[in-house]
Amino acid sequence: MADTQSPGAFVEFERVQKSYDGENLVVKDLNLIMPKGEFLTMLGPSGSGKTTCLMMLAGFETATHGDIRLDGVSINNIPPHKRGIGMVFQNYALFPHMTVAENLSFPLEVRKIGKSEREQKVKRVLDMVQMGEFGGRRPAQLSGGQQQRIALARALVFEAELVLMDEPLGALDKQLREHMQFEIKRIADNLGITVVYVTHDQTEALTMSDRVAVFDDGRIQQLAPPDKLYEAPENSFVAQFIGENNTLEGVVKEIKGDTALVRLDDGELIDCKPVNVTQPGERTRVSIRPERVEYNKSRLHADAHTLKAEVLEFIYMGDIFRTRLRVAGNEDFIIKTRNAPDQVRLQPGTQIEIGWLPEDCRALDA
Amino acid sequence: MSDQTTSGRVLAADGTPLKTSLARALRRQKLRALALIAPLLLFVLITFIAPIADMLFRSVENQIVVETLPQTVSALADWDPESGDTPGEDVYRALAADLKIAAKAKTHTRLGTRLNYELTGASSLFRKSGRQVKKMDLEGDASIKDAFIKIDKDWGKPDIWRTIQTYSPRYTNGYFLNAVDMQKGPDGPEARPENQQIYLMLFGRTLFMSLMITGSCILLGYPVAWILANLPARSANMLMILVLLPFWTSLLVRTSAWKVMLQQQGVINDVLVWLGLVGDDARLVMINNQFGTIVAMTHILLPFMILPMYSVMQTIQPTYLRAAKSLGATNWTAFWRVYFPQSVPGIGAGSILVFILSIGYYITPEIVGGNTGTFISNRIAYHISSSLNWGLAAALGAILLAVVLLLYYAYDKIVGIDNVKLGG
Repeated sequence: MADTQSPGAFVEFERVQKSYDGENLVVKDLNLIMPKGEFLTMLGPSGSGKTTCLMMLAGFETATHGDIRLDGVSINNIPPHKRGIGMVFQNYALFPHMTVAENLSFPLEVRKIGKSEREQKVKRVLDMVQMGEFGGRRPAQLSGGQQQRIALARALVFEAELVLMDEPLGALDKQLREHMQFEIKRIADNLGITVVYVTHDQTEALTMSDRVAVFDDGRIQQLAPPDKLYEAPENSFVAQFIGENNTLEGVVKEIKGDTALVRLDDGELIDCKPVNVTQPGERTRVSIRPERVEYNKSRLHADAHTLKAEVLEFIYMGDIFRTRLRVAGNEDFIIKTRNAPDQVRLQPGTQIEIGWLPEDCRALDA
Repeated sequence: MSDQTTSGRVLAADGTPLKTSLARALRRQKLRALALIAPLLLFVLITFIAPIADMLFRSVENQIVVETLPQTVSALADWDPESGDTPGEDVYRALAADLKIAAKAKTHTRLGTRLNYELTGASSLFRKSGRQVKKMDLEGDASIKDAFIKIDKDWGKPDIWRTIQTYSPRYTNGYFLNAVDMQKGPDGPEARPENQQIYLMLFGRTLFMSLMITGSCILLGYPVAWILANLPARSANMLMILVLLPFWTSLLVRTSAWKVMLQQQGVINDVLVWLGLVGDDARLVMINNQFGTIVAMTHILLPFMILPMYSVMQTIQPTYLRAAKSLGATNWTAFWRVYFPQSVPGIGAGSILVFILSIGYYITPEIVGGNTGTFISNRIAYHISSSLNWGLAAALGAILLAVVLLLYYAYDKIVGIDNVKLGG
């Protein structure tokens, strides 16, 4: 199989399909190439096929069609225990009848590693996750965050080069989750391991990953670094799913170079950046990020297009203001402004004009 | 802790100690809880615990001798059974007086039955003497002793007197000695003659066979419970009905079915003969022995093993096995090191249930046990309903109860009863 390997690929999915019932495809024609040392997140709503992909990589599900390669070797027919892939499970799956140290030395024992070397490795990995004191405890005596650290340590202790994580932070509270995101990222970078991380939390995906694969309907909708994903979504699903997004619907009137003229449904004409519209007459969804909308006329760019808007609701959120507007018939148009000393707090009922740069306004598929 | 006084006791807002205050607040709840369980508690007390206590008391009770023969017992107190002689004339006189009263009240036959447990022949001796003692003249000078020996020459031997003297106290350990194959001898407890020993062997057999049954139930039940716990809910329910089906069939029907299956002219033997595996003249003996009892009781008690195992296995998440495999364990290692230890509480719960149920089982060994497959409970039932030696039956029952409690205690010490789960 080595001859079909793409250069630089460590993990490779090639035309992978998966069906459970022989009627519906859960994963449709998946192609993915990951270089060594990458932190890749599979992000998507539940039922989008991301966990199935992870399970196929781990070996708990078999691909119905296609090839999965690890370091150039097809692993379709290798049972999970011979793949040498570390895995962190959603509910940690720490063995409740073993102590923390026994949990950690389990993968070393089944690899027939000697006792002294086992103890050494367990100690090192415990120190790495800052849990050195806890070797003698049972998992039930640990807090959620501590269990999470142990689960991570157990996936790392046998020095797997590829570690899979299936929503590992789902059960933690917000503050701990943010802290652990940082921890996992730090450890992964230090060890230089390749990580495939599954989550449905987009903040997690954006803050941790080198690249994010957005899954929907069994396909990767976009595979890009976090900033590209947020700022330049390639279709309206990604625009909707990642971050907050305002949508205006309309029809493409004409396309000139990298500017598309769109007639919104209430008759207003705006300039957009055409992303996946190709010809006039096509229906389109125009996407604008809330923080790219400006209502302070003095700050608006000279050639910025403006629209009339009515303030419906003003929400004070501490660091930012969140204002809901009616724009071109859409009553859920959100703008976000920084809480700066000179910032105006818009009162409901006020009529204002809003504007944005044409390149922040992306015409996507309907 | 602003309400803490200098003495360190915590006070409630009104100054009473917090503990008192709490106890008062909880008292109503406790009373209500008590009232809710009171009907059942009374029912169990009256219909179950009281009769059992009364029955167990019979294992030491021995009022009948001193109540039927009060004068004889006190006259016999000075007699030395070691002398080899019969007691003096005064004892016979006392016996005659006691028996006259007893014969009128017709209690002498009951005493005879009681003493017959200890000395064979005592029953007929008392029945005969009771009839004739009425004619005896206590006023005359004729020797009462001779008159008694004339009624039955056994009265002229020390044996009957020794028995009466030994069993004259109001309470006795004789039944318990009997239940462990011993008897009261001149020098205290001694072993019974070998041909009369039966109960220790029966206790041992009961324990051994109960262990065999428990072991077979574990071996047969574990895979079934595993499948039940790992199937999708629909098929698991279907299979569960099959497991529970025996529960809904009469115990007698199931036991009799095994009789049909296992007997020498039965289904299994016929099939084996037809296949030529067994000669027609060498049909296997599979019933009315230990084998038959173990087979039938394993079948009957299997659901009691499967259900607790199943409910424990249901709580073991499949991700544990996946985790073990992802860490490099083979299927077998993953099962043995990760799954099995977590299922042990289910095995423990099932084993306790099956073992305790089987140790006191009666009907099945009675029907399919023959001579070599009967349990101690069958002997207890025999003494309750046939030989009417309730004292011995009570002593055997008390020992059985004590053995079960002891095993339960040992199990608690070794495995820990907290590790037993019947569900969730």
